[in-house]
Amino acid sequence: MTDTIYLDNNATTKIDEDVLAAMLPYLSIYYGNPSSMHTFGGQVGKAVRQARNQVAKLLGAEDSEIIFTSCGTEGDNAAIMAALKAQPNKKHIITTEVEHPAILNLCRRLERDGYTVTYLSVNNKGQIDFDELEAALTGNTAVVSVMYANNETGVIFPVEQIGQIVKEYGAIFHVDAVQAVGKIPLNMKTSTIDLLTLSGHKIHAPKGIGALYVRKGVRFRPLLIGGHQERGRRGGTENVAGIVALGKAAELAQEHLTNISWEQKLRDKLEQGILNIIPNTVVNGDPVNRLPNTTNIGFKYIEGEAILLSLDQFGICASSGSACTSGSLEPSHVLRALGLPYSVLHGSIRFSLSRFTTEAEIDRVLEVLPDIINRLRELSPFNSDDADWLKEQEEAVLAR
Amino acid sequence: MWDYTDKVMEHFHNPRNQGKITEKQEGEEIVTGQVGSIACGDALKLHLKIDETTQTIKDATFQTFGCASAIASSSALTELLKGRKVDEAMKLTNKEIAESLGGLPEEKMHCSVMGQEALEAAIHTYKGIPLDTHEEDEGNLICRCFGVSDTKIKRIIRENDLTTAEQVTNYVKAGGGCSSCLPDIDDLLDEIATEKEKSVAVATQVWQDNNDSPVTSTTSTTPTTQTTQTTQTLKPLTNLQKITLIQRVIDQEIRPILAEDGGDMELFDVEGDIVKVILKGACSGCASSTETLKLAIEATLQERILPTLTVVSV
Repeated sequence: MTDTIYLDNNATTKIDEDVLAAMLPYLSIYYGNPSSMHTFGGQVGKAVRQARNQVAKLLGAEDSEIIFTSCGTEGDNAAIMAALKAQPNKKHIITTEVEHPAILNLCRRLERDGYTVTYLSVNNKGQIDFDELEAALTGNTAVVSVMYANNETGVIFPVEQIGQIVKEYGAIFHVDAVQAVGKIPLNMKTSTIDLLTLSGHKIHAPKGIGALYVRKGVRFRPLLIGGHQERGRRGGTENVAGIVALGKAAELAQEHLTNISWEQKLRDKLEQGILNIIPNTVVNGDPVNRLPNTTNIGFKYIEGEAILLSLDQFGICASSGSACTSGSLEPSHVLRALGLPYSVLHGSIRFSLSRFTTEAEIDRVLEVLPDIINRLRELSPFNSDDADWLKEQEEAVLAR
Repeated sequence: MWDYTDKVMEHFHNPRNQGKITEKQEGEEIVTGQVGSIACGDALKLHLKIDETTQTIKDATFQTFGCASAIASSSALTELLKGRKVDEAMKLTNKEIAESLGGLPEEKMHCSVMGQEALEAAIHTYKGIPLDTHEEDEGNLICRCFGVSDTKIKRIIRENDLTTAEQVTNYVKAGGGCSSCLPDIDDLLDEIATEKEKSVAVATQVWQDNNDSPVTSTTSTTPTTQTTQTTQTLKPLTNLQKITLIQRVIDQEIRPILAEDGGDMELFDVEGDIVKVILKGACSGCASSTETLKLAIEATLQERILPTLTVVSV
C-alpha cells in the first residue's frame, strides 16, 4: 500500500497528535460528569471551561458566547431555528444558492412549513450581488445566513460588508464558518455576525464535536431541550473528550494562523503546476478571495470520478463535484450556480491542503497527474479530431 | 465510495478495445453508435466493424466520457460483441453487460443502459433504420432534465422488473435532475403494474378455458382450492405456461383461420414478450400481407394471453 497523500482536508482532517493526547485522559481517567457536586466531576468541569475559553479566544469572543454542539449541521440548524423562534412574526429567510446542505435542506423544509426563502445567486466567481441582497431584505426578514467560505471552491464571501447591510434591516445574521475557522483570522468583537457555526473535525479535532457562537444579547432558544448544560441552551451531557479536543485544536489553529501563507504557497505551486503542464484546465471560483488551502480545478472533457479513482491508485485523496461521485445525477449545486460549462463541471476536482501537507506530496501529485488526465482524455470521445461532435455538444449545452 | 467489483476496476484501469476503427477490408462496414452528452456527464461512441457476408461483428471499439463504471461497461460491451452475429447482438440487454462485470451498484446501472443504447444506435445505423423512428423519439417526454421519454421508461421498467421511481432513476437517470417528473414515473410504474395484473388475470382465464385443469372444476367445492386459485391468479406466468398458452392459441385459433386462405404458420421461439413466428404457404413472400398478418396474430395473442406480447416474423 502506497503512503496516503491526503489532499481532502475540506472533507475532514487528521486529528493532531497533541489534540489526541489532550483528549485521551477524558476517555479513561477523567470520566466524571462535569455537572457533579464532587471533586472528581469538578475537575472535568474545569477542563470544559478551559476548552470554552480556548474556542472563544480563536473567535475573539467571550466564553459565555460559546455553545458546544455535536457538529456543523447541528450548529447551523440550531442557529436558524433560534433566529426564527426569537422573531416569531418574521417569516422570511435569506441565504445563498451555494450553501452547505445543512442550510439549504433546512431552508427547503422551512418553505414547506410556511416560510419564504430567498436563495441569492452567485456570479461566475461565486460572489453574490449586494443589490440582490438589498432588494430581498425587508422588515419581514428574520435571518440572513451565508457561509464564510465555500467548501467546494474555497470562495470567501465579504461577510462583514454583507453584515452591514443585514443590520440596517434588523435581521439576525448567521454565518456558517465551518471552512473558514482556522484558515482566516476572526474577531467577533468587531464583527456584525450574530451567530457563527464551526466544526471540530475540519480543524484537526475528531468528528462529533462543534460549536456555535451566539452574540451576547441574541435571544437563543435551544434546539435540543433538556438539562441545564450549556446554560440551558443545549441539553445533553457534555461530550467532554470532544470538547477538550476542540479546545486544544482551537489553540493550535490560532498558533498556525501565522504560518498559513506556507499552505497557500504549496496550494499555488500545485495549482500553477497543473495549469502549466496540463492543457484545457481551469480554476473554478474566485482566484483572489479564496481560502489559502483550497483549489478547485476543472479538467475539461473527462469525468471527475474517473480522475479520483485513478488518483486513488497512487494513494492520493481528493474530491469531485461531478454527478457520478455524489450518488445524485446532477453535478455539484455550487459549481452549477457558478454557471460553468458542462465540459468543466463534470471534470472538476477539489484539492484541499492542511498544515500537514508537504512539498514532496505536492511534487508527487504533479508527477502522476498528467498521465492520469492524458489516459482518460484518450478514452474520451471528445477529442480534438472529433471537433464536430464536440461543437454540436457544446452548442446543445448552451441551448439548455 | 462506490462498491465496485474487482472486474469493474480491472476494466477501468485496463480497458479493452479503446479508440476508433480506421481500417476495413472489402465486404466490411464500419458503423458508429453514439449516446449521451457532455451535459449528462456521460457519453459513449461505439464503433463496430461488420462482415457483410457473414453478418458478424469482427471488431468493436469504444470512446467513453464518464465515470469508472461507464468506462468499464463500454469495455465489457466491446468484449461481448466481438464475434457475434448482428442479429444476436441486437438481443444483448443492459443486464448482460452488468452481469459480465459481476454486477454494478444500482445507482450505476444507467452506465450499462448507455452501452445497450449505443449498440442499438450502431446497429440501427447499419441496418439503415432511420434514427428518427427510434422509440425514444416517439414517446412523450417525461424527464426534461435528461430527455427521457415514457416509451423508454416503460421498456426499462418491463425489462428489469422495476418497482420504484428511484430504481428508474438509477437505470435511465429520469427523475434524477429537478425531480419534478417523479410523480409521472410513479404513474408509469402503476400503469405497468396494472397491465401485468391484468395480463395474468387474462392468461389465467385462458388457461382455465382451454385446460381441463382441476382449478376450474373444483373452484367452488372447497375453501382450500379457492385459496389455490387466488394464488394462481396473482402469480405471473412462468415461461413454460406462456409458451404453452401461445402454442395453444396458435394451434386452436389462428392456424385454422390461416388455413382457409391456404396459409400456415409455426411458432419458432418465445423470448420474453417477443413471439417469433415463421409464416408459411400463401402467407410467405408477400410483404404487405405479411405485415397485416403479423398485426392480426399479434392482436389475437395480446387479447387472449398478454397485452405486452409482440410478434416478429423470422
